[in-house]
Amino acid sequence: MTDVALRMDRVFKKFTKGERHDSLRDLIPALAKHVLRRVARPAELKKEEFWALQDISFEIKKGEAVGIIGHNGAGKSTMLKHLCGIMRPTSGTIAVSGRLSALIEVGAGFHQDLTGRENIALNGVILGMTRAEIARKFDEIVEFSGLAEFIDTPVKRYSSGMYARLGFSVAAHLEPDILVIDEVLSVGDFVFQAKGVQKMRQIAASGATVIFISHNLRAMADLCNRALLLRKGQLIEDGPTSHVIHTYMEQIKSKRIHDEDKKVVIDSVWVGDANGPRVDFTSGDKARVIIKLQALKRVEKVACVLYVLDDKYYEVFNTATERLGEPALTLESGESYTYEFELDLHLAAGSFHLCAMLFRYDISEQYDAIQPAVTLLVSSPTDVRGAVNLYPRVRHTGA
Amino acid sequence: MFPSPLSKLWRFRELLYMITWRDIRIRYKQSAMGFLWAILMPSLIVGAGVLVRLGAAKYTGAALSVDDIASVIVRAVAWSFFIASIRFGTHSLIGNSSLVTKIAFPKEVFPIAATLSSLFDFAIASIAVLLVLVCIGWTPTFAALWAVPLILMLVMFTAGLALLLSAANLFFRDVKYIVEILLTYAIFFTPVLYDAAMLGKWRPLIMLNPVAPILEGLADSLVHGRTPDLQWTAYSFGMSGAALSVGYWLFKQLEPKFAESI
Repeated sequence: MTDVALRMDRVFKKFTKGERHDSLRDLIPALAKHVLRRVARPAELKKEEFWALQDISFEIKKGEAVGIIGHNGAGKSTMLKHLCGIMRPTSGTIAVSGRLSALIEVGAGFHQDLTGRENIALNGVILGMTRAEIARKFDEIVEFSGLAEFIDTPVKRYSSGMYARLGFSVAAHLEPDILVIDEVLSVGDFVFQAKGVQKMRQIAASGATVIFISHNLRAMADLCNRALLLRKGQLIEDGPTSHVIHTYMEQIKSKRIHDEDKKVVIDSVWVGDANGPRVDFTSGDKARVIIKLQALKRVEKVACVLYVLDDKYYEVFNTATERLGEPALTLESGESYTYEFELDLHLAAGSFHLCAMLFRYDISEQYDAIQPAVTLLVSSPTDVRGAVNLYPRVRHTGA
Repeated sequence: MFPSPLSKLWRFRELLYMITWRDIRIRYKQSAMGFLWAILMPSLIVGAGVLVRLGAAKYTGAALSVDDIASVIVRAVAWSFFIASIRFGTHSLIGNSSLVTKIAFPKEVFPIAATLSSLFDFAIASIAVLLVLVCIGWTPTFAALWAVPLILMLVMFTAGLALLLSAANLFFRDVKYIVEILLTYAIFFTPVLYDAAMLGKWRPLIMLNPVAPILEGLADSLVHGRTPDLQWTAYSFGMSGAALSVGYWLFKQLEPKFAESI
C-alpha cells in the first residue's frame, strides 16, 4: 500500500452531450417547456449521455514513469483532470498519495499584464509551491527558461514560444511527489523541447512519479517504461511502453478505409531486423521492411513507394521499387506479392513514420497508401538532432 | 495518505495571498489613476449623499451639520467596498476560467480574493476618510472601536455573497446582469445617502437589510461617538455568519461541477 502513488478503481465518468442551459433566461423557458412537454413527447427530452471514462482501474507505484496514449477524445485529458482532482468521477474511487502537481496547460494562470518575474511568483504558488520555495528557486527557473533579459517585461509582449518556455520552466521546478504533464513538450522550439525532455528525465530519475501525456511517442518511449492506452474512454492496454505504442500504431493502421474500388492494396507492412519485429532502433542500425500486396483486380506496372516522414510529417526520405530497378509488376486478380526492403537507418534521434504507397508508375495512378504504416523510434548514443545522423566527431585544433 | 488539513490551510493561505496580490496589482497597473481609483467611487456616492442631505435639510428647515456629511462619507466608503466586492466577486470564477479548468486547487480563493482586494481599496479610501474627518475636527471616542467588528461583519457578509454569486454566475451567465441591476438600486434600500432614522416608523423595515445595521453602526460609532444599536448589530452579525456559512457550504457542494460546467 505504501509504495502506491496513485490508484484508480473502477472509475466511470458520464458527460452530457449537446445543449446546456447556461443562462437563467434560457433555463426558465426550458423548464416551462420541460414541464409542458413531459406528457406529450417524453422521448425528445432524453439527454444524450456518454461515458468519457469507463471502468478505469490501475495502480501506479512510487517512482514509476507512466505514459498515457490515445487519440484525441480518447479520454486522456479527462483522466488527468480526475487524477489531479479538477473533476470528480461519477462513480469509482481515486486515491493519490503525496504532493501531486499537474501541468495541463503551459502558462495557464499567467496574467498578460504581469511581468515574467511576477508571473513566476504567481504561477508557482498556483501550481503548488510556497512563496519561500519560489524565492529560493527563482534564479534557477529564470536561467532554465533563458529569458533573463525579458524577465521584467509583461508577458503579453512575449512570443508564444517564450510564453511556453517560461511556463514549462516554472513547472519543471515544482519538485512534486507526483508530476502529471499533458502535452507540454509540443511547445517551444526544438532545442527547448529537447531540454524539456531532459529535465523530465531528471525529475523521473530523482524518484518522482511521472505521468506523461504526449503525441511525441519518441519522448514517451524514452521517458516511460510503462504506458496506458485509452480508446473511447476505456483502458485498452496497460504494459511496457513499446508494446503499447505498437498496439496504438496497429490501431491507426486499422483505421484505414478499405475502398471497394481499389485494384490493389497493401496487405501488411512489417518492420524488424534479423531477430524479428521491432520498432525501436539505434541510429545506424539495419532494418528490414516487408510489404505485402494483394491484388483485387488485374493491375499492371505496379510500383511500391517507401517513404519516411519525421514527426512533423515532413518527408525525409523516399524510394520506389521501379526506381531501384525492380521489373514492372503485373498482378492477376487475387494474386499477392511481397517486397522486402533493406534500409540503413542513418537517422537522428526521434520518431519517424514509415509509409508505403502503391501506384502505377507510367500514368501515376495511385492505388493504395498507408501513412504512417509503422512509427520508428530512433535513439542515438550522441546528441544529434534533425532528420539525419552525420555521425559528428569533434576535436581541438589549437588556438 | 492525503495532505494534512494544516498543510492544506497553509497552501490556501499562500494561494489567497497570491491571487489577492494579483488582483490588486492588475487593477492598479491597468488604471492610470492608481490609488485615486479607490477614492473616486466613494467620492461620487458622497456627492450624491450631500445632495440628498441638502434637500432634506431644506425640507425640515434644520441646518446641514458637519456630522451629517461625516456620516455620509463613512457610509459611502463602506458601501463602495460592498458593491465593488460583489461586482468583482460575481465575475471571479468566470474571469479565471483557465485556472478553474486546468489546475486543481480550492476555487473559493477567487471570490474571497475578490473581496480582499476590494478590502485593500477600502483601506486606502479609509485613510482618505480619516484625513477628511480629522480636518473637519473629528475626535475619536472609545465607541469608534466598534468599527472593527462591524467591518469584519461586513467582510463576512460580502464574502458569503461573493461565494454564492460567483458560483451562480458560473452556471448561469446572466446572473451578473441581474447583480448589476440589483446593485444599482440597492442603494435606495440601504441607509447610505440617508440615515435609517429619517424613515421614522419604517426604520425596522430598512434595518432588515443586513448591510443597514452595519452602516448605521459605523456612522454611530465613528461619527456620533455612540454605541451602535446592539439588537440590530446582533441581527446583522447573525446574517453575516449565515451568509458566509451558507455561501461557503453551497460553493463547496457545487465546486466539483465547476470544471465541466464552465
